[in-house]
Amino acid sequence: MSTRDSHEDHVPDMDDAAPGQEVVNDREPIGGLTGYIIGFGLALLLTAASFAVVMTDLVYAPAVISALVVLAIAQMGVHLVFFLHLTTGPDNTNNALALAFGVFVVVLLVLGSIWIMSHLDHAMMPAHQMAPGGF
Amino acid sequence: MSATTATGGLPSDISSRSGAHDPYRLGRHDGGAGVGEGGPASRYVTVSYGFWIFLLSDIIMFSAFFAGYAVLSGATEGGPTGRELFDLPRVAIQTGLLLTSSFTCGLASLASHRRDQLFTQVWLAVSGLLGAGFLLLELQEFATMISDGAGPSRSAFLSSFFALVGCHGLHVGLGLLFLATMMAQLAVKGFRDDILRRLHCFNLFWHALDIVWIAIFSLVYLLGASS
Repeated sequence: MSTRDSHEDHVPDMDDAAPGQEVVNDREPIGGLTGYIIGFGLALLLTAASFAVVMTDLVYAPAVISALVVLAIAQMGVHLVFFLHLTTGPDNTNNALALAFGVFVVVLLVLGSIWIMSHLDHAMMPAHQMAPGGF
Repeated sequence: MSATTATGGLPSDISSRSGAHDPYRLGRHDGGAGVGEGGPASRYVTVSYGFWIFLLSDIIMFSAFFAGYAVLSGATEGGPTGRELFDLPRVAIQTGLLLTSSFTCGLASLASHRRDQLFTQVWLAVSGLLGAGFLLLELQEFATMISDGAGPSRSAFLSSFFALVGCHGLHVGLGLLFLATMMAQLAVKGFRDDILRRLHCFNLFWHALDIVWIAIFSLVYLLGASS
């Protein structure tokens, strides 16, 4: 095909993109040097925002944790799109589905652990109320 | 038959020209994307996909360390808390080093696609130096904490902290080894297909490490210093 990029030794596969593949995304705004510069700028901005949340009083104290989680997820999104070139295009379905399953397991594992362990914490009798000989 | 000649004999073969406007050839059943008719994927795609699956499993392993830290972060056993231990300016420098390293690694990948040996090597070396700087700061932090009596055996909080952050540091160290190997292979063997595949896998690895670090600096250091 004439439109395939000739500067690759291997023929770029337009049907399936490898995760992070540069060539396939050449024509998209997230590809090439522009993509990396936009991504770097956004990531710096989000990092600065995360540090500002903690080092200043801009955010209401009980909301700091939510702000940090939201900013972290946003920055991970920036990295996935601009550095790892993950798109929702049809050539990326395998990569996006694998990522979705990974995120599912991570959320299940982290939130599940916190939930179960906090319940156990509540259900546990404080040590000083226990009978000396145990139960 | 006349239809076949009509489509086959078009002066401008549409499918070969439309790539610029419709790179994925949506809705075309001549082996277009997402319809399972394109035949087996290229080796570059399958190798990278396999490495992508490995990275996702690695992130799932990290999530177990995160879960452990989240559960134990309050269990300081009367010892020092994150608020007393974490040095935010140092963490900010570490974050800047790793983020810039990820960026220069991307520049190396762009240079490798131009088959530019010099700039690929230069950007890879810059990435490596920034990564080494990150690791140095982390080791310095660990050494200070341990000498201050806040080592991993002090409390459950510190055990889980050292396990999580140390595991990430170990990955960065292994990544530096990977990077040095790739620089040497690239210098000796040039831009061969297999070397390009490995270089691409290294890129994915380095970006994934930065993604894990985002979670660490936000949820371990910043959250620990604020509560």
